[in-house]
Amino acid sequence: MNKIAEIFASLDYGPAPESAEQANAWLDAHGRAFGHFINGQWTSPAATIATTNPATGEKLAEISDGNSDDVDRAVAAARAAFGPWSALSGHERGKYLYAIARAVQKHARLFSVLETMDNGKPIRESRDADIPLVARHFYHHAGWAPLIGRSFPGHVPYGVCGQIIPWNFPLLMLAWKVAPALAAGNTVVLKPAEFTSLTALLFAEICERIGLPPGVVNIVTGEGETGAAIVAHPDIDKIAFTGSTEVGKIIRAATAGSGKGLSLELGGKSPYIVFEDADLDSAVEGLVEAIWFNQGQVCCAGSRLLVQESIEEKFLAKVRRRMASLRVGDPLDKAIDIGALVAPVQVERIRDLMKKGVAEGAVVYEPDGAIPAAGCFLKPALVTNVSPASILVSEEIFGPVLVAMSFRTPEEAVALANNTRYGLAATVWSENINLALDIAPRLKAGVVWINGTNQFDAAVGFGGYKESGFGREGGREGLSAYLKPDWEKGLGEAPRGEKSPVASARAANPLDTAPLDRTAKLYIGGKQARPDSGYSRPVTGPAGAVLGEVGEGNRKDIRNAVEAARAAQGWGTMAAHARAQILYFLAENLDYRRAEFAARIKAQTGRDGDGEVGLSIERLFAFAGWADKYDGAVHNPPMRAIAAAMIEPLGVLGIVAPERWPLLGSVALLAPALAMGNTVVLVPSEAAPLSATDLYQVLETSDMPSGVVNIVTGEARAMAKTLAEHDGVDGLWAFGSAELSAMVEKASTGNLKQVWSSRGRDFDLADDARFAGDYWLARATQVKNVWIPYGA
Amino acid sequence: MNLRVVDQPKPAAPKDGAAPDDAVQKAAAPDGTQGHKRNPGFPLDLDWVGQVRVNRSALERRAGSIGARRTVKKDYQLAWLLKAITLIDLTTLNSDDTPGRVERLCAKARHPLRQDIVERLGVGDLRILPGAVCVYHAFVKTAVEALDGTGIPVAAVSTAFPHGLAPLDTRLREIEASVKDGAREIDIVIERGMVLTQDWQGLYDQMKAFRAACGEAHIKAILGTGELATQTNVAKASLVCMLAGADFIKTSTGKEKVNATLPTSLAMIRMIRWFHEETGIEIGYKPAGGISSAKTALDYMALMKEELGTHWLEPHLFRFGASSLLTDIERQLEHGLTGHYAADYRMPMV
Repeated sequence: MNKIAEIFASLDYGPAPESAEQANAWLDAHGRAFGHFINGQWTSPAATIATTNPATGEKLAEISDGNSDDVDRAVAAARAAFGPWSALSGHERGKYLYAIARAVQKHARLFSVLETMDNGKPIRESRDADIPLVARHFYHHAGWAPLIGRSFPGHVPYGVCGQIIPWNFPLLMLAWKVAPALAAGNTVVLKPAEFTSLTALLFAEICERIGLPPGVVNIVTGEGETGAAIVAHPDIDKIAFTGSTEVGKIIRAATAGSGKGLSLELGGKSPYIVFEDADLDSAVEGLVEAIWFNQGQVCCAGSRLLVQESIEEKFLAKVRRRMASLRVGDPLDKAIDIGALVAPVQVERIRDLMKKGVAEGAVVYEPDGAIPAAGCFLKPALVTNVSPASILVSEEIFGPVLVAMSFRTPEEAVALANNTRYGLAATVWSENINLALDIAPRLKAGVVWINGTNQFDAAVGFGGYKESGFGREGGREGLSAYLKPDWEKGLGEAPRGEKSPVASARAANPLDTAPLDRTAKLYIGGKQARPDSGYSRPVTGPAGAVLGEVGEGNRKDIRNAVEAARAAQGWGTMAAHARAQILYFLAENLDYRRAEFAARIKAQTGRDGDGEVGLSIERLFAFAGWADKYDGAVHNPPMRAIAAAMIEPLGVLGIVAPERWPLLGSVALLAPALAMGNTVVLVPSEAAPLSATDLYQVLETSDMPSGVVNIVTGEARAMAKTLAEHDGVDGLWAFGSAELSAMVEKASTGNLKQVWSSRGRDFDLADDARFAGDYWLARATQVKNVWIPYGA
Repeated sequence: MNLRVVDQPKPAAPKDGAAPDDAVQKAAAPDGTQGHKRNPGFPLDLDWVGQVRVNRSALERRAGSIGARRTVKKDYQLAWLLKAITLIDLTTLNSDDTPGRVERLCAKARHPLRQDIVERLGVGDLRILPGAVCVYHAFVKTAVEALDGTGIPVAAVSTAFPHGLAPLDTRLREIEASVKDGAREIDIVIERGMVLTQDWQGLYDQMKAFRAACGEAHIKAILGTGELATQTNVAKASLVCMLAGADFIKTSTGKEKVNATLPTSLAMIRMIRWFHEETGIEIGYKPAGGISSAKTALDYMALMKEELGTHWLEPHLFRFGASSLLTDIERQLEHGLTGHYAADYRMPMV
């Protein structure tokens, strides 16, 4: 029987190889050795390391392992280029981005093949997903460049951005970083991952070809130490990192107190929820895209299947059946579903995790059939008999491994979905729009896909909650991560407190105070609570006279306050109108007691307090007004779907108020935090806390629900630290010295809470233009993008 | 659903003495059909119909990626294209058809491939003939005579094709007349309005009556998917027709504004899969209308193989309703053999 007749009978697929010829020719033309791209010039290859094809193990090329001198030169080039680049009109910058987009498209296949050879991902994916999304990202941001002045008035670029990207989507992650940075007027020093630097180097050639001014984009290749040199570099203004949560935490700690902008896009263990009323076959196919896309090496991979118990057996049978037809093999074959993992170390890591999982009792299903004997290949795997306590459920595997659990009710689905330290993405399958749209806002994740998965677009923000990081990439929200208010540059040093810290007053005999008619306790969970310490601290006026005593809060009081704030998070889902009404009522009641509050300010500061009370009332009004107006957007991805960019509160927000304004300092921060739906643990001015403690009664008479505002007086620094370390606190605003800022930022790595700190600078909260609007609103919220494809 | 026991399907009571339940394919049937059990029909199960969920966007994504996920090259492509020829219902359904036109079509069916191509492929031993020739009732006799001795069955479109709105009795008589003239396959059209009004009982009853009228002839139910408004309707109509005894479900008459598409095909073949899981009965699928390129045909075949398995790529379970497709396949085969591009005028006309 001839071969055709045999195939006629078997109807096998056979090989469908994509040629590597052009990519090899490109590598050969460079002698298979690359230097860095700095200031528009190529350095000679030095201290090289090999980059290999994970599907075959063959060495593709040598790349240079950048040292701190290389980084210095790259940063200097970027610094020199920043002035002229940022001074270009948006239109001119846009033209360069447009030219990059065109060039990427023109050389799309070379990029795709090179990406597949270097990374191991199927050519189908690099060709149909990665590279088209790269071009789209540059086109989209070419469009942004001339619109920035209009869309972000009063904002300027950061300056030099250090960007460190991972190996799973090498060129796409470069595009996500470089395109918005350049559009906004920044210059960049980018380090690609050491496993996958080749397309970044090809990209550098593109920059050269289109005549991008030298120094605007600098590519320094290398390993972790090269990245560390970028992170630590004093002349870099912003760090953008995509990679593991572990490294993200190191970067957060390393940049603490430096004043560098920071955005982190980290790991995930994203839930994939299938309700019994879903299109089950489509949900199975969605899983293929969720967990077997890019060999599962996707930060937002839908790796935790949560399936309703009523359909669990049926659904898992469908999944197993589908797995059997997945084709694992040569990633340059056009008809391969699963290619090679990026490196042997990853294969080992996954095998090791799987062993541990099996030892715990996990049951692993892998379909029959062979995979290539050599190269970094793994079969797709479905893991059952696991629970949230299993290592395979809690750890990000970053491979083609799906873990499956069941749930009974929508509530349980949400609880299981959120039962993770990560919060990058989530997927919900249901044909019931009421159910799907009920679940989506309750998932703590930056991206929620309804009836679909792993959809990306330049117009739609992507990024995480919780330990999946902060900052967004894509959309207006992504661009804003590369811009900051112009006025921030000119901030002077904050005046020292108007009197010396009270801590010293405690050295005096604590009992040596005048008889008091009132003792302020702490305010926790809607009740006045005695401080755990059992101590009080005196509050003195400007002349040193003791005005009263407040509780000496400690870490246990903070703990209790955070518990109360967490329990009160229904505040965030209350209608914005209702929150506004309460803030208005608060303002009204404050106004009613204006004279008393003014007198208290005067007693504490010696200043006439009426103006500050008035400003505080105005600020409450302003943010009550904002409550139902600072809302989201509907993005326009190029498909039949809406992507609803929903504005959500951070959750529990710690606020360490400035010393300078006894009342306004607390109210100006409470108002935006509350308006956006956060619950708050407030540490008021250490020196002048009595205006905040006077608020207890106003809060109580204003129908503020218990636990929404909690106030703990005491030593601000100690409580800032406890708040920064607390894993139940989602965000922290801390006024204080540069040293305090460094401390809280460093302490925040436990759960990677979003931290804003004043770093000793003079933020004049009385300035309405700066502080009565989106400056705080943006920092009180995060954007969740909910993708909703539609079609009858 | 109450039909889950594969061993004990509850056959619909056949009318007119037809005994479909145990009618295993006769020896005269095309290759690969031995052991194929004909759909005996089942009671209408509205609970089951109510469980159907179809997400259009997801279907479109899957359908949109199949041509990229799967491709066949070189010898594989040639073999697949040869297979595709055997899956074609070579069709002429025009108001100006004449016996001469139908005879020409049948002549092409006898020799679907230029002899030199057959020889150079070295596949002279393979039976490369289309799955059927499909004509209007008026030409059934002509076609049966023209195909005599080939084993190629004649399929007749019936039941007031393409609209399906003649009196029921007229439609039933039309089926009987076509069967009497020698049609071994009957492509009926359903009343689309029944789907739009969710009259599943009405649809089921009509379909069952059509099936009974067909007797031994196999019945393909044309849904007119382009006029069913939603993929959910397509899926539900597919299920109702299968329950009523359809041997094949077919997308289109070729006369609707939208004919066969890959997403619609997914909606239908996933119902075929579900039906098979529940009943053990294999139902055939026939996309029709607009499939004119070899590449498109390969995409459909890949979709079938992925969703239903290689087993379903046999003429008793899969057909293309097409005519110009054959010429494009011939061109691609010649290109595969010679390495240079072929022109349609060099292929004997369909």
